[in-house]
Amino acid sequence: MGRELEQEKLIFLYRLMVKIRLHEEAIKILFTQGKIGGTTHLCIGQEAVAAGVVSQLRPDDYVSSTHRGHGHMLAKGGELKPMLAEILGRADGYCKGKGGSMHIASIKLGNLGANGIVSGGLPIAVGSALSAQMRETDQVTVVSFGDGAANEGNTHESMNMASAWRLPVVFLFENNQYAVSTHTTRSMGGSMEKRAAGYDLPFVQVDGMDLEQVYFAAQDAIAHARAGKGPIVMQADTYRYEGHYYGDPMIYRTKEEIDSYRANDPIARVERILVERNIESEDHIEKIKADIQAEVDDAVSFAEASPQPAINSMFEDVYTEWQS
Amino acid sequence: MTERQLLYKEAVAEAVAEEMARDSRVFIMGEDVGLHGGAFGATKGLFEEFGPGRVKDTPLTESVIVGAGVGAALTGMRPIVEVMYIDFMCMAMDSIVNQAAKVKYMFGGHATVPLTIRTAFGAGRGNAAQHSQSLETWFLNVPGLLVVMPSTPYDAKGLLKSAIRNDNPVIVIENKQLYNSKGYVPAEDYTVPIGKASVRKEGSDVTLIATSRMCQFAESAIEKLEKEGVSVEFIDPRTIKPLDMDTIAQSIAKTHRAVVVNEGPTTGGFSNEVSSKIMDQCFFDLDAPVIRVAAEDVPIPYNAILEAEVIPAEKDILQAVRKVLES
Repeated sequence: MGRELEQEKLIFLYRLMVKIRLHEEAIKILFTQGKIGGTTHLCIGQEAVAAGVVSQLRPDDYVSSTHRGHGHMLAKGGELKPMLAEILGRADGYCKGKGGSMHIASIKLGNLGANGIVSGGLPIAVGSALSAQMRETDQVTVVSFGDGAANEGNTHESMNMASAWRLPVVFLFENNQYAVSTHTTRSMGGSMEKRAAGYDLPFVQVDGMDLEQVYFAAQDAIAHARAGKGPIVMQADTYRYEGHYYGDPMIYRTKEEIDSYRANDPIARVERILVERNIESEDHIEKIKADIQAEVDDAVSFAEASPQPAINSMFEDVYTEWQS
Repeated sequence: MTERQLLYKEAVAEAVAEEMARDSRVFIMGEDVGLHGGAFGATKGLFEEFGPGRVKDTPLTESVIVGAGVGAALTGMRPIVEVMYIDFMCMAMDSIVNQAAKVKYMFGGHATVPLTIRTAFGAGRGNAAQHSQSLETWFLNVPGLLVVMPSTPYDAKGLLKSAIRNDNPVIVIENKQLYNSKGYVPAEDYTVPIGKASVRKEGSDVTLIATSRMCQFAESAIEKLEKEGVSVEFIDPRTIKPLDMDTIAQSIAKTHRAVVVNEGPTTGGFSNEVSSKIMDQCFFDLDAPVIRVAAEDVPIPYNAILEAEVIPAEKDILQAVRKVLES
């Protein structure tokens, strides 16, 4: 029997997961309508990880995110309106329309950025953790990385340096099993558990589709890092329902496989818990969803109405001005 | 009173020490920068003065050295990171090009990256093809970076101090063969502005532009040329990104001729960028085509005789200046 979340916390996290899901669903529609250019990586199916881990961070903690980072941003306090405006490339977006889905960031919120380079966020996380250590604060950095990044040199080098210097990093391994089309069975030698052991890092593995498991493991991992005990690796086994990018034909996996994970949907699981524990009625759950949908719709309208960036803004923000 | 003389490497260490004393957010990390004092002695004494907390020996992990510099810079520190040889920048390119240079722009301006990346380049030590390159032009092509190449102890200190105080990622490319060169360095606090060339000598017949160690070769060539009655205006850009074209254009308006020297391979080299900008801005001032002096398009060979033949030498500069004066 696992630990159980208190009611208020459970409702808060449920709402966050639904917000992430409906945000991503809204993007699907906008993409299909041809309103979003480029590539968008959706985290539908992985909401329990973003919500269960990142929402526990303090405002002054850091998250270093990935190309599949919308959930991390919303969980770190990101707002729907500037999120969607950014994804539409508009002036009111978090990055004034110059970053887009793969680069959403807010230093103010402690999000050091989604990252278009797989494993690019890990060295940055080592740096923010080093900064916290040098400034003698107890700030923690969570860095998310997937099974693709797990095999990059940056990941190993970052774990090594964080271990050698006992930096306050939670290495959050979000294993959604596929790096674009290649399954971990064909790409990963050994396991993350053994790799973590190789760097003398504590390791914990959870079902990433189970919010409560994720939450309590993350709570312990964050506390470990905050207490100055050094880095820790947390593996959350999860699944993305959509392709690597939205529009991916996904010939590398079967509908049956996808359906088997959908049957284990992290949001539906929380809904069952809410009903079973008499926290929310089914009707009220529908009401919550409708309310959040309205919020998302409102944000979509805001984003669509947001102006295109001024042409001249392409020259802005390349450098911070300096006196010569 | 004699002028205060320092070695180039001592000037580097002094700049770091002064900035670390001035600002507690400044620290330095890299391979063997601690007690060892750096591969070329350019961080000697810092460990003793500031201790292991602010003078950090890192694992051999160039990508993380620079990437952690980015993360620390984003979160309130002002790191100086050292990549031992410019050749090793290849191991750190993602952190430099995709992260350090881009975050401010990608994030719509709400981030600053006050990061100084020091490295050493250049041939002449028999270090062969993987420890002798001049890769500075790679970074010219990356908006978001600033790149400086000091050629004297004075500039090494002044430019490094400016880099550390700058809120952008600055790549400071030092030259291995210059670390033991001596020159005037004042005791009092000063900086050398980023983006400002130095007119090292005024002249009227030809503008000679050279960077880093090539300035030494240029100087000895100029001595000979002056004896022949040629008046050379000598410019050291010092900052190669952004390039101080005002100073270069003013000089060419006067001399009408230009020779540009850099140590790296001819194709895609810094001299190409300079000569191209001269064409853009000074075409009607020119009395002769710009001549480039750069290395042969081959890797740096180990053998000392071959190595010296590959990179530009004084004789190549002399030849180029004489040729540009003929037309």
